[in-house]
Amino acid sequence: MTQSTFVETPRESLVGSQSDAARKASGAAPSVAWSNNPFRGFRAIFYKESIHLRRDSMAIMFALLVPIVEMIILGAAIDTNVRQVRTVVYDESGLMEHARDVEGSQSSRALLDRFRSSDTFKIYKYVNSDDELTHEMVAGRAKVGLKIPYDFDRQLLRGQSAQVMVLVDGSDSSVAGQTLNVASAIGLDESLRRMLPEGKQPAIDIRPKIMFNPDSRSPNFFLPGLMTVLLLFVTTMLTAFSIVREKERGTLEQLFVTPVRPLGLMMGKIMPYFGLAMIEMLMILAFMRFAFQVPMHGNVLLLLLLAMCYMFTHLSLGMLISSKANSQNEAMQRSMGIMLPSIFLSGYIFPLDNMPWIFYLMSFFVPATYMMQISRGIILRAAGFQDLWINAAALLVMGLGALTLAARNFKKMIV
Amino acid sequence: MPAIVAENLVRKFGEFTAVDGVSFTVQSGEVFGFLGPNGSGKTTVIKMLTGILPLTAGRGMVDGIDVSVDPDSVKQRIGYMSQKFSLYDDLTVLENLRFYAHIYGLRGKDADRKIEETMQRNAIEPYKTRLAGKLSGGWKQRLALGCAMMHGPKILFLDEPTAGIDPVARRKLWDLLFELSGQGITFFVTTHYMDEAERCSHLAYIYYGKLIADGTPDTLRQIPDVSPAGTHRFEIVTRDVTTALRRARTLPFMRSATIFGRSIHALMDDTISESELQSELDKVGVHADEIRPLMPDLEDVFVELTYRRQAELEGSRASA
Repeated sequence: MTQSTFVETPRESLVGSQSDAARKASGAAPSVAWSNNPFRGFRAIFYKESIHLRRDSMAIMFALLVPIVEMIILGAAIDTNVRQVRTVVYDESGLMEHARDVEGSQSSRALLDRFRSSDTFKIYKYVNSDDELTHEMVAGRAKVGLKIPYDFDRQLLRGQSAQVMVLVDGSDSSVAGQTLNVASAIGLDESLRRMLPEGKQPAIDIRPKIMFNPDSRSPNFFLPGLMTVLLLFVTTMLTAFSIVREKERGTLEQLFVTPVRPLGLMMGKIMPYFGLAMIEMLMILAFMRFAFQVPMHGNVLLLLLLAMCYMFTHLSLGMLISSKANSQNEAMQRSMGIMLPSIFLSGYIFPLDNMPWIFYLMSFFVPATYMMQISRGIILRAAGFQDLWINAAALLVMGLGALTLAARNFKKMIV
Repeated sequence: MPAIVAENLVRKFGEFTAVDGVSFTVQSGEVFGFLGPNGSGKTTVIKMLTGILPLTAGRGMVDGIDVSVDPDSVKQRIGYMSQKFSLYDDLTVLENLRFYAHIYGLRGKDADRKIEETMQRNAIEPYKTRLAGKLSGGWKQRLALGCAMMHGPKILFLDEPTAGIDPVARRKLWDLLFELSGQGITFFVTTHYMDEAERCSHLAYIYYGKLIADGTPDTLRQIPDVSPAGTHRFEIVTRDVTTALRRARTLPFMRSATIFGRSIHALMDDTISESELQSELDKVGVHADEIRPLMPDLEDVFVELTYRRQAELEGSRASA
């Protein structure tokens, strides 16, 4: 083969430009300031990572679409307030006196009306035997079964205690608890009314008022917590993936041969995801406020500021994961190890105060616990910096710890 | 000043010694071929010389700088291209180049000029808006080389640069390497291809962490171990090479024999002439279509050295 060159450009110009480059090679380091910069390489990594992110439709979906869907599910579809619980009634009290098509006695019907008007119970069926009553419960068609015994009227007339049996399906604990409370309250109230002379008020009148969330709206409670959980994906998982992907492709090795410094590499990787997390958070806040009518009682800027501490902690954790994991699968599993406690041990779903002491203790090591305090505190209770700074401090301490460990792991790799 | 000096490089991973006292010198402008089987320590040596992996013992000087003392300066002066052409598939050609320009600290007009130059030199300008992942192997390799040379390094480390590339692209890459080496750029290249090894101006062969050959292709061919005194080499062309090999190896004067395509390369006592060999082969039932004297080629050299080293290792293990 004759004179086959790698290039199609004229030989002269090629040689010229190359020797020019070779002459400059020894002075390739641009400036002293640049070469002493501990964040060296930050700009380049940031530039490249932003492009990756823009073209990664999965990441964008995770950050912007998933939150909306989850908010719709949790904000609109789920209502933890117990209403219109399906109730089956077996009223024995009227059977002896009336024809079969007339259910119950006068006083039993009055009692059942109280149940009906409470908004908690929805009587959908009357049955005529214990068996049927039990069957409705077993089949799951009824959550509550009321049985009024045959001597209900007689006992009341004699001025003796008339019993009413309330069966509650315990397989759903929140429904069970709330229906029992309402049933007891109705019983108590009805008893008082019969005992007190006409026109007399009870001695003590309890007037409860639920602060911060007066209507007990579920979105008010769930969405500030959901925001905390949603921010996890972008901060922890996507950052972890971004480095592990480079390990898998072999580009990380290539980066280590360039003069990039560990801090420059890490910050360049973190910042685009930090930006994405901020956009995600603003979007969630806007949705929460305007689509779900969750009031914002506190200072939004304070919330954003403290949320940055939370993001920092999780971005650092993402870095730490990626410094250890060698495949995206491994990174995924390790991320899950952070996400599950964040959902279950942060007070997001289950109140921390009721947990066994060991889990209660563990919740202190879950960053989401602190963010949960911050977001519910500011959004619902209008808490200020003086109430919440300790949470932010805890987050910063954890974040710095994770970042230090991650930097140490990367130093081992880069030299 | 030599471009690369390795003095007694040692690298241990726990108990395992991956690189065991390797020394060599690469002069400026040489195309240095670094050969050896997979897992023999080639990549480890590259990592030590490029400042990624600390040395357990020894000294590595690259462009006059001690890698253990100032790995940062070394990184600024060298280019590195790994066997996977570590490009970002979801970035375009231009974006890949811009990234490498930035990472080597080139800014603004300087960066633009270097990027333009690199695209011209590697003829990748027409593809500048194409995603790197959509390029074919040969173009990827040009782009990767362009990225590695963006900052004008004088020394380039290429780890199996032609693995998985078609023969035409391979040939073109080597032509470019020689052109650049003519301008004073030094290349440290690992490869498994013997035809590429033949083209290097300087070769070294590493086997299980030890350097067992170092020199020009010609000096390696004349190593006494490869062509011991009192022996010579013939190429035997025959039909059924596998049977022929088995039978030829039974001959008492035969030192070693290996199949090369449709022929056998055989090393034997020089008391045997061409015609004697012919009749001896006939006796064991091998019909040689042709027999001709042979200079050892590089593959012979490396195979021979590997066998010898293996025998040594087994000997020392047996005595231990």
